[in-house]
Amino acid sequence: MSDMKMAAKAAGLFATYDVPDFFCELLNRKDIPPAGLQQVRDRLACFDLAELRRRAAAVEAQFYRLGITFTVYSDREAIDRVLPFDVIPRVLTAPEWDHVERGVQQRVRAINLFLHDIYHERRILRDGVIPASLVLGNANYCQAMVGIDVPGGVYVHINGTDLVRDRDGRFLVLEDNARTPSGVSYVLEDRQMMLRLMPDLASGLDLRPVDEYGPRLHRALAEVAPAGVDDPQVVLLSPGIYNAAYFEHVFLAREMGIPLVEGRDLIVEDGRVYMCTVAGLQPVHSIYRRLNDDFLDPQVFNPDSLLGVPGLVDAYRRGNVTLANAIGTGVADDKAVYAYMPRIIRYYLDEEPILTNVETHICAEPEGLAYTLANLEHLVVKPVGESGGYGLLIGPHATQAELEDFRGRLRADPANYISQPVISLSVSPTLCPAGVEARHVDLRPFAVTGRDTWVLPGGLSRVALRKGSLVVNSSQGGGAKDTWVLAS
Amino acid sequence: MTQVSVFPTPVLPGLRNLLSRYAESTMWLARYMERIENMARLIEVTGTSVHASNMDAGWDSVIRINADEDTFFLRHKVATERTVVEFYIIDPDNPDSIVSMARCVRENARVLRPLISTEMWMHLNVFTRWAMDLGPDDVGASYLSTLCTRLKQECQTHFGITEGTLYRDQAWLFYLLGKNLERADQITRVIDIKYHTLLPSGEGVGSDIDLSQWTSVLRSAAAYHAFRRVLPEGMTPANIVGFLLKNDGFPRSLSSSLRCVYSVLGSLAGEYRLRHCGPILERVEELRVTLAEQTVDDIILRGLHEYMDWIQRELRLIQNEIAGAFWPPVALQVAGNGRTQ
Repeated sequence: MSDMKMAAKAAGLFATYDVPDFFCELLNRKDIPPAGLQQVRDRLACFDLAELRRRAAAVEAQFYRLGITFTVYSDREAIDRVLPFDVIPRVLTAPEWDHVERGVQQRVRAINLFLHDIYHERRILRDGVIPASLVLGNANYCQAMVGIDVPGGVYVHINGTDLVRDRDGRFLVLEDNARTPSGVSYVLEDRQMMLRLMPDLASGLDLRPVDEYGPRLHRALAEVAPAGVDDPQVVLLSPGIYNAAYFEHVFLAREMGIPLVEGRDLIVEDGRVYMCTVAGLQPVHSIYRRLNDDFLDPQVFNPDSLLGVPGLVDAYRRGNVTLANAIGTGVADDKAVYAYMPRIIRYYLDEEPILTNVETHICAEPEGLAYTLANLEHLVVKPVGESGGYGLLIGPHATQAELEDFRGRLRADPANYISQPVISLSVSPTLCPAGVEARHVDLRPFAVTGRDTWVLPGGLSRVALRKGSLVVNSSQGGGAKDTWVLAS
Repeated sequence: MTQVSVFPTPVLPGLRNLLSRYAESTMWLARYMERIENMARLIEVTGTSVHASNMDAGWDSVIRINADEDTFFLRHKVATERTVVEFYIIDPDNPDSIVSMARCVRENARVLRPLISTEMWMHLNVFTRWAMDLGPDDVGASYLSTLCTRLKQECQTHFGITEGTLYRDQAWLFYLLGKNLERADQITRVIDIKYHTLLPSGEGVGSDIDLSQWTSVLRSAAAYHAFRRVLPEGMTPANIVGFLLKNDGFPRSLSSSLRCVYSVLGSLAGEYRLRHCGPILERVEELRVTLAEQTVDDIILRGLHEYMDWIQRELRLIQNEIAGAFWPPVALQVAGNGRTQ
């Protein structure tokens, strides 16, 4: 194909693409586009819209047949939904990924040191780096964890860091997910699907593979098994086939080659955990649990839980079984604690944070409060308490009366609030009903920690499919894209 | 120098024993798929033979084979093609209907999804969604044969995918147990009920009607052509019963199913060193002996119905004993010191 024809075609697919004044992952890098990226762009431009739609329809049909779905429950029925998938990949360059990877590793290291500290010596509280009440009074702080030593000091074995990019393409941490982050199965399945149905787009490109995730996770979980166990039995504990994320549990168990168990398959005897097999009870050493803290053990937490295993926490306290993630990690991904994360990183590692937080003003501090009050109409104000998300103020969308009302609340209880600027999230070209249009995206890289921390190249790119929307959650019109990390 | 081990290699390297819940689900997955196939075949054959002979009694026998007289006649006054077909294909409140069984298949397949091959799951995913959605529009008399053929073929596709892709370990053996116990149960039910329709009723002896009934009995067990090949001239009630019960070459005969159950239990006890197989093996062996040692004439003379009834009771006991041995209630596992290592 001649250059002229190519150019004409390119104009075809992206002709109507309206590059907004955001950072566009593919078409507005605000700099000279890197070579690998340029290639993806040129190849994409050769597709016509009809062909792209045919591929997209084939992808969706495949996902449905494969049962790569999440389950939504109505009154009578369980409906399997396919997570909307956009066939235009989101591409990261090698230097970008290097930056993200190092930043995520640093953050995970700090989070694990922080969790060990607050369940042992509490140095960081004594040194006044973070208010003790914020940590010890946190709903996710778990008394049962005080004084427990976890293998290797690893609390967060699987971590998801939600990142966004601002108008200049700078990566910012929006949120840490240190409990049971989900979505990694889509990363692997989406890649499979792309290679199968868009082979002409990917062929010959030097992309970082993602299929190492299962073996890496299995190895990490084996590494943190109780000391003295040669060939540890790792299992994945799922709430069962009716859980909305059951597909992901199946996927991970399969990728790791381990049994997917439910609470009723496990039993604790003399402080040890066993699973019920056709040959009788067999010991279990490491549990990747996809069950929230509250449901793990009816003897310690929610007594009505039928999903958990009575005596599990006792076995855990005795060091006979490892839980991944540990119990009580929720305190580290709390909104209030998030604001202190840069200071937590400096405190434990004596390093500057590689990935910065979204600029956050802590209203508990006088200068934070003053700034927030003075700039309220430009800020998002979030309550930090247990009620996360509830009582949010989006300054630019608020009326004068609402702003005034909120100023009163801030003055009355400043410690309950943080404020952040409104971020102009980056966009990525996305196949929409009207053609290829810009949609906002975020990125959730997954970090696996055993003896060291490995980050899956790329991660889950979620896309807000509604025009102008900043909400990428699947429950609110979000979809996913394959994330390509260029190897060079 | 060659190493000679005294004991056979106990298990495949790296083998982990199968989770009890998986074993149970594997068995039921196979049983339900086998049951759907048999049900579809029975309905199709009944539909065809009733049309051919213009008799009504056929539909009634479907209900009797499944021992559903009570539930069926609570819902319907008479056994017509329409009522029976609705009851056994699309009635969601009848646990023996194909939509209900497809639902059970789906549940078990979801449980087993971490274990079974992707190809198995993908087929079951699509098949069960389709089967669970069957409605009144799908079961009209003119489509019935096509529908039943598709159902049978879906089941056979499943068995083929499973044969070709399921890893051969304990799960495969529990799958075979389920499939063959179900076949044994089905064949005895068909013989028990259908035998009466084979018997001469005064003036009808040797007439065309008899022959077509006999043919339909064979067809409802997918045995017609095999029987013709083995006994081209021998279409008698006793020969038909003998073939379905005792022919070792026919894959759906009682003796073939029991032989497979016996050898699978032997593998579980031998290769996999699973305990508690002994008493179950003995029970299966006793069934096989009673079958081998009697001629079909003896069986009929002593009472075919009583014998079929006894076999079905024994099959239920075998199922229960398998459950007790391999997926006992948790409390019993602990009490029974079932721990290994």
